[in-house]
Amino acid sequence: MDLSGWGRHPVCDCHVEHLRRREDLARLMDGSASLIARGNGRAYGDAALNPLLTLSMLAMDRMLAFDERTGLLACESGVLLADILRTFVPRGWFPWVVPGTQLVTVGGMIAADVHGKNHHRDGGFGACVESLTLATANEVRQCSRAQYADLFHATIGGMGLTGVILAARFRLRRIETAFLTAESLPTSDLDETLALFEESEEWPYTVAWVDCLATARNTGRSVVSCGAFMARDELPTRLRSEPLRWRRRWVPTLPFDVPAALLNRSSVRFHNALRYRRHRVFGGARPTHLAPFFFPLDGINAWNRLYGRRGFVQFQCVLPKAEGQAGIAELLRRVADGGRGSFLAVLKLLGPQGDGLLSFPLEGYTLCLDFPMRPGTLDLLDKLDAIVCSHGGRLYLAKDACSTPERLWQGYPNRDSFNTVRMEANGGYPKFASALSRRLALDSG
Amino acid sequence: MAAAQTALLIGATSDIGRAVARRLAARGWALQLAARDAIALEREARNIEARTGEAPRLYRWDALEDGLLVDELDPLPDLAICVVGLLGDQAESERDAVEAERVMRTNYNAPALLLGALARRFELRGSGVIVGVSSVAGDRGRAANYVYGSAKAGFTAFLSGLRGRLARRGVHVVTVKPGFVTTRMTAGMDFPVLLTATPEQVAEAVVRAVRRRHNVVYVGRMWRLAMLLIRALPEGIFKRMKL
Repeated sequence: MDLSGWGRHPVCDCHVEHLRRREDLARLMDGSASLIARGNGRAYGDAALNPLLTLSMLAMDRMLAFDERTGLLACESGVLLADILRTFVPRGWFPWVVPGTQLVTVGGMIAADVHGKNHHRDGGFGACVESLTLATANEVRQCSRAQYADLFHATIGGMGLTGVILAARFRLRRIETAFLTAESLPTSDLDETLALFEESEEWPYTVAWVDCLATARNTGRSVVSCGAFMARDELPTRLRSEPLRWRRRWVPTLPFDVPAALLNRSSVRFHNALRYRRHRVFGGARPTHLAPFFFPLDGINAWNRLYGRRGFVQFQCVLPKAEGQAGIAELLRRVADGGRGSFLAVLKLLGPQGDGLLSFPLEGYTLCLDFPMRPGTLDLLDKLDAIVCSHGGRLYLAKDACSTPERLWQGYPNRDSFNTVRMEANGGYPKFASALSRRLALDSG
Repeated sequence: MAAAQTALLIGATSDIGRAVARRLAARGWALQLAARDAIALEREARNIEARTGEAPRLYRWDALEDGLLVDELDPLPDLAICVVGLLGDQAESERDAVEAERVMRTNYNAPALLLGALARRFELRGSGVIVGVSSVAGDRGRAANYVYGSAKAGFTAFLSGLRGRLARRGVHVVTVKPGFVTTRMTAGMDFPVLLTATPEQVAEAVVRAVRRRHNVVYVGRMWRLAMLLIRALPEGIFKRMKL
């Protein structure tokens, strides 16, 4: 069937099977020369596509054990983050790291070593993983920092290329309430934005939304939002009756592909101006529920239709701190010049690199942009990729859909050691491969 | 909150059973899970325990081999849901009487007798809710799956009669008729998107029907209309249709 990542580009005709029980895996693996596991399809590009066999893990959705004393949760890899939140927020537990959507699986979060708004303090999702159960070509292995450590480090952020993640054990943290004190501060240019990041390091959660169409002296003007979980006695009285409330809200679904023409310079400019002003008016600290705070992307189902039938590509890079100022400015100028602003433009400070060999985060600034797929988009991306390379930056494998091997691997010094571990674990053969690994020439060694 | 009510789930390791168990557990029901496959049953029990901190009671029960289970239940549940089902292979059922009988007994005899026995206990107590998951296949016998369909038709009729008998005895009976559902039972089949439900949607319909005391529910509004039309077709036309 025709399958794509969340960006709906590229589309690829894939044979899809569902794994329902661990016992079935050997049979499915034997029937195909190569395969890739797929979670909820939220990687934007071609990471979870394999024409020969794309193995959906969504039916592997059982939780296995939870230790109330340590907060260690063991579950199968197809469990959705939304399921974990629904189950554990009312019990007073929250994952250490969550990405911008709840509609991702545990396996997907590990394979992409996702980061959240607290990366500068707590690291990526991989940092809270204690152990994982990985099925390689020939056997099932329990990997951790103590056992099969190489394979463990290769699998964290390894985009599913080392094997099929069947289950994982990771830590949750205690929360007293489901609410955060959230503060939004508008800034007028990039200097101010980056300075504000440095100043707000004591906030556990920070992120900036950038007006990417702002030019000249306004380049990099942003709204920086910070947040911290509230203690029970900090809650206003009206919220005290149900401090750990988790309510299922009705979420509208975008019912059709929005004509691509509606997304243009003026509509983005209008949206951005509105957003910037709104924060001017409604800024300041106030209690916010964790769902809208952490998961703004989940406000509309199937929002990827916003970009029309041809889909979109997401660009996300990280630049080392020393290069951040100059590099981000250059990227933003290039985008504004092209007039292709994106609704989503997010800037964030990342902390030190974790222990995943192909993990994306490194200490510095990450910038994330969406572009609808149009003639000229690939050109623009190529230019952005070049800027990233010249500043010693790195592109995010879970987002990338069209970079070249040369450009991409420049940012990943551990590429070769990753591939060595990957091959060794699978008898010297790239059994677990995807359209991504093929495009990036990883399967030939 | 009052003491947790207990729900018995028969066929708890099926995809629909798992989804129902999860939903009931999240709503605070204490669970009793019955199924044939002991390993799968253990797995579901751990799943529920990890989620709620409460371990469900387990009953290994084979629809074709074991007795009526009712005496083993402790406590007698407030709610009993039967999702036992076997689609079988229609062509094989046509050739082989043993296979046909297996399909018939799994879909009709076993669930009907078990729910009948539970109904007597519920009746004595004067309370309880019984849910039988039947199928739209029981609404009219189709060439493509009439062995399965006829057994489901029997089950639907049984539930209907049971509902009538217990209507004034404080016991409520719900018939749930899913259409196409994407499960292990139907893996590899190609269903029309608009008429296809997920196990989660069936579970949602089951729990809603219990709460609102519905009698007969289809899963997905389209199905009530679709089956109304299919039942209204004259036999002369129906028998020539490829359905």
